[in-house]
Amino acid sequence: MKTLKNIFPFALLAALLVVASCKKEDTIDPNEKGSVVLEFDNIYEGQQLKLNDVTYKTAAGEDINISQFDYFVSNIHLVKEDGSEYIVPQDNSYFLVKESNVASQTLTLTDVPAANYKSVKFMIGVDSLRNTMDVSKRTGILDPAAGAAGMYWSWNSGYIFMKMEGTSPSAPLDSATNLRKFRMHIGGFGGLNSKTINNIKEASLTDADGEMAKVRASAKPTFHITVDASKVLNGSTNVSLKTNATTMFNAFSVNVANNYQSMFKVDHVHN
Amino acid sequence: MKKVFFLFVLVALSACKKDDTTTELTFVKPVHFPEPTYKFENNRITRAGFELGRILFYDGDLSRDGSISCGSCHLQSAAFTHHGHDVSHGIDDRIGSRNAPPVMNLAWGKTFFWDGGVHDLDLFAIAPIENPLEMDETFANVVSKLKKKAVYPPLFQKAFGTTEISGPLVLKALSQFQLMLVSAESRYDKFRLGDTNALTADEKTGLELVKTKCGNCHAGELFTDDSFRNNGIQHFGDKGRFRITLNDDDAYKFKVPSLRNLQYTAPYMHDGRFLTLDAVVEHYRKGVRQSPNIDPSVSNGISITDDEKQKILTFLSALNDENFIRNKEFSEQ
Repeated sequence: MKTLKNIFPFALLAALLVVASCKKEDTIDPNEKGSVVLEFDNIYEGQQLKLNDVTYKTAAGEDINISQFDYFVSNIHLVKEDGSEYIVPQDNSYFLVKESNVASQTLTLTDVPAANYKSVKFMIGVDSLRNTMDVSKRTGILDPAAGAAGMYWSWNSGYIFMKMEGTSPSAPLDSATNLRKFRMHIGGFGGLNSKTINNIKEASLTDADGEMAKVRASAKPTFHITVDASKVLNGSTNVSLKTNATTMFNAFSVNVANNYQSMFKVDHVHN
Repeated sequence: MKKVFFLFVLVALSACKKDDTTTELTFVKPVHFPEPTYKFENNRITRAGFELGRILFYDGDLSRDGSISCGSCHLQSAAFTHHGHDVSHGIDDRIGSRNAPPVMNLAWGKTFFWDGGVHDLDLFAIAPIENPLEMDETFANVVSKLKKKAVYPPLFQKAFGTTEISGPLVLKALSQFQLMLVSAESRYDKFRLGDTNALTADEKTGLELVKTKCGNCHAGELFTDDSFRNNGIQHFGDKGRFRITLNDDDAYKFKVPSLRNLQYTAPYMHDGRFLTLDAVVEHYRKGVRQSPNIDPSVSNGISITDDEKQKILTFLSALNDENFIRNKEFSEQ
């Protein structure tokens, strides 16, 4: 009895502390801002993607070596646990992820309201508005002379959303390079004066274990996103490089875009 | 006293301007032309911008090896086409696939190229620069080459207030030069603006014939409605507008060209297959072939008598604008 009496105040204090700490977790200052990182980790099925040296097998049974794997990520939305969304301001919401450039694979979003974010949503590609806007507003990775070099079609104005190139013994011999090249250049924003293919895709990603990114002024969480390059050629259409080694602005490109739409996955969240 | 002084300063200033040999420059819409489609609010024309654009237009460093400038295939004497070439010849004498269209009255263009693949003049120049058959260079590399040429930073400073050369500014300057290439001083234009003696009787008849027999497509003061049509020529591999839209209904359609300055711009059609205007008119009289998406206005040919043909051809010569091909402002300096 006596011991219990002695313990009681401590127990009460402990309970209060727990409650207080819970409370701290629940009430987030609406004016508090923090950062969140989107880390794009390019893989090929279960392996780290490695350009040039490693030979991979496609679902069509063909060997490939990948020399380039680049894609636009834009129009990012972060979904809070209550379902409401924080929309990253347009001017800070365009990124070009390149496998050959490690720095480009880490996207840091700043000035993000403190909250618990369960999902991240984004566009794979560039929206039609940015595809048709005045050239003077196309800076950084949207500038065809700078950041977007190689990711822009000049003869049919518009950005290339996803570009994968490499070699495959199954692909026909390319006379220009004397290599058995394959080239997947996927774009198409729907057209301005006439309607045409629209390969703009969206991804909405949530951690399978329900882990949320807890953005605080003092905490910079990371969505670690794996991007499975094998999905470009494998999926609802298993692309054969024997017949479709060069897939650019054509009707077949829709199949490739439908494939790669599912290449993004939240592997885990670091808090 | 203050007011008088102010007035004096104004007079002095305007006097200075008058003395200046390089008068300021603005885009002036010919009174009988429609409103231009180009968004001038995003690129105000200035003399400095125009002159910079002119230097860029004639600069071979826009190509991989310095050999080909815009002006190489768009010669002023040929109303800015590649006179005498069915399809244009680019770098290393590589052969393009289409006939170089005139750089003329582009402020009214809704789309550019025979297939309309570019929707904004400001984005146009990247295409010939990067086409392996034309200039075979990357636009990014063009910008870095221009940065190394001492002549350019002061010109960009004058035109845009910065010595920082960037892709967008290169494009804006090129647009400024090209937008000023307005052709609206033919004898037809003088007639249109009230000089009834500017056309002969036959030419006046020819004008009426063009309106009724050709005006469905070669419409308005620009003598094109800027649409895409299959005009019934024999088609080979090139599917024209289809390449841009991937829509089967656009297969074999090409941009309707203007009828202005035809004397200088031979040969004709997207692949330059017709060497003379006579051959073009003969095509519409007798040569039309059926193919998918053929335009209803030509599918049965166009009935034109020999006499009418002569009058049409006579009138077309009244659409030649000698001032346009001789204007020194448009030439390489």
